[in-house]
Amino acid sequence: MSVLLDVRGVTKRFRGLTAVDNVSLTVEEGEIFAVIGPNGAGKTTLFNMIAGVMKPDTGSITFAGERADGIAPHELCRRGLARTFQIVRPFPELTVLENATIGAMMRAPDMEAARAHAGEVLRQLDLWERRDAKAKSLTLPDRKRLECARALATGPRLLLLDEVMAGLRPTEVDRIVAILREINRSGVTILLIEHVMRATMALAGRIHVLHHGATIAEGTPEEVTRHPKVLESYLGAEAL
Amino acid sequence: MNPLASLSHLAAEAPRRALLLLGLMVAVLAVAPVMLDRYLLSVFFLIFWFATVGQAWNIMMGFCGQLSLGHALYVGLGGYIGALLWVKFGISPAIALLPAVLVAAAFGAAIGWLGFRFGIEGVYFALLTIAFAEVTRIGFDNWSFVGGAAGFFIPVSQVASPINLRGGPVLFYYVALAMMVVAFVVCALLRRSKLGHAWLAVREDAEAARALGIDVFRAKMAAVIVSSAMTAVAGVVYAFYQNNLFPSQTFDIARSIEMILAPIIGGLGTLFGPILGAFILTPLGQMLIALVEKIAGRAIPGVNLVFYGAALMVIIWYAPNGVWPWLKKKLGIPEGRE
Repeated sequence: MSVLLDVRGVTKRFRGLTAVDNVSLTVEEGEIFAVIGPNGAGKTTLFNMIAGVMKPDTGSITFAGERADGIAPHELCRRGLARTFQIVRPFPELTVLENATIGAMMRAPDMEAARAHAGEVLRQLDLWERRDAKAKSLTLPDRKRLECARALATGPRLLLLDEVMAGLRPTEVDRIVAILREINRSGVTILLIEHVMRATMALAGRIHVLHHGATIAEGTPEEVTRHPKVLESYLGAEAL
Repeated sequence: MNPLASLSHLAAEAPRRALLLLGLMVAVLAVAPVMLDRYLLSVFFLIFWFATVGQAWNIMMGFCGQLSLGHALYVGLGGYIGALLWVKFGISPAIALLPAVLVAAAFGAAIGWLGFRFGIEGVYFALLTIAFAEVTRIGFDNWSFVGGAAGFFIPVSQVASPINLRGGPVLFYYVALAMMVVAFVVCALLRRSKLGHAWLAVREDAEAARALGIDVFRAKMAAVIVSSAMTAVAGVVYAFYQNNLFPSQTFDIARSIEMILAPIIGGLGTLFGPILGAFILTPLGQMLIALVEKIAGRAIPGVNLVFYGAALMVIIWYAPNGVWPWLKKKLGIPEGRE
C-alpha cells in the first residue's frame, strides 16, 4: 500500500496557545484512519490544516505525492480530497438532490451526468427517498449523511470526516458506520476525526490519539485502548 | 454542451402545459400592440425593461447572493456609450452594443475584483457598488464632451430605422419584449448549468461550496460580469427610448433601487420572479403617477417610489419569499421546479 496523506511535524499556534504541536501521521491508501482526543486536543485545527482552511506554522502536508499545505480548499478538492463540516453546512434552500449534484459537478462532463452520479451517491447513503426535500427540512442524522453524500459525490480519493457521528443516537451511529465501511470498500480512503469512541473503535484500522495538541499514541484500536497515556487523558489518572 | 442542445433540453424538461402557457403569453404580447395606444405601449415598454434589468440583477443577488445597489451604473454606461457612438460618430447602436457590454463588464469586473479579492462582503460590498455608481455620476457630471450635468441628447429622427433604434413606441415595445424573452432564456439556461449551480452554492454557503471544489472567487466574478453585461444592453435601449441622458438621473441610486424591486417582489433567485414583479409594480406605479397628475394637476416626482415602498412592505408581510414562490405553492407546482 502506498502513502496517500503524509503529515509531517505540523505545528499551529494561536497567539500563545499551541493548538497542534509537532504532529506527524501518515494515512495509507485504502485504510480507515481515525484521529481521536478529548475536547480541545487540537483535532479540528489539525483537520482544518489538512483540508486547506489553515496553513501550518511549521511542518508540511503531502497529499498523493504533492505538497498540500497552503493549497486552497477548492484546489485540494479537485486533487481528490473531500471534507465534511463538524457543524453541518448543507445548502439549506436547495433540495437534497441539488446539494449532492453540486458536489458531483466537478468531475462530471455535464449536469446530466452530475445528477445521475448524485443519485447513485444518495442511494448509497439512504437519502434517495428524500431527494426532493429542501436540505433545511432534514433531521440531523439525515443532514449528517447529506454532508457525507455531498463530499463523496466529488469523487474523492480521501474522505475527511469531521465528527460525523457526534450528536447521533446509537442506531444512527451504527447505520453510518455500515455506510462508511461500504464506502471504504469501494476504494475510498477515510480519515475520521472523532469523539465517539465506540464507533471509532469499530471502524478504524489505525487510531492516532491527540492530547493538548500533541500525539500521545498511535496504533490499532486494541493497542491504543491499552495505552496508559490514553487511559489517563480519557478517564483521568485515578482510573489507572 | 452547446447552447442549442441545452435549449432543446430545457424545452423537453419543462412540463408541456407550462410551455404552452408561456408560448401563448408571448404570442398575446406579440400581437398586443394593435390594441394598445401610445401610453399603454410605453407602460409595456417599461414593464419589459424592468423585467430585463431585474433578471440581470437577479443573477448577482438571487443566484449568487451578491447585493449590488449600483446597477444604474451599467445602465448609464451602456446608455452613454450607445448614444455617444451614434451621435458623435454615427455608429449604429446595434454595433455599439459590443463596446457598451465590454465597458460595463469591465466596470463590473473591477468592482467585483476589489470586493471579492479583499473579502468585502454583504452590506460593505453593496456600499462599494453605490460608491462606483456615484463616482461615475460625478465624472459624467463634469465631463463636457458628453454634455456634463446639462445632459446628452439623441436627436429625434423623422425616418424610422429599427436597426439604429430610431422609431416609434411600437418599435421599442418589440425591442424590449425581445430583450425580456432573451434575458429569461439566458437566465434559464444559466440556472441549469454548472455555473448556475456554482452560484447557488456560493449564495447558500461559500465555505461549503469551496469544499466541493468550487472556485468561489471565479463564480462571483462570473456573476457580476454576466449581470453587468446584460444590464448594459438594456441601458443602450433605454437611452434611445428616452433620447436624453442626465448623469443625475441615469446614475442615481433611486434608479438602482427601482431596478431591484421587481425581482425582490416577484421572488429572488427565481426565473419568473423578475417578470412577475415588473408586471405587478410597473403598471401600478404608472397608474399612480397618472392618477396623482389628474388629482393634483401636476406631476409629483417620486410618488411611484413611495408606492413601491408600500408594496414592498405588503409583500414582505404576506409573501416574504416573493409573489412567484407564493403563487407556485397556490398552483401546486412542486418545490425545486420553476
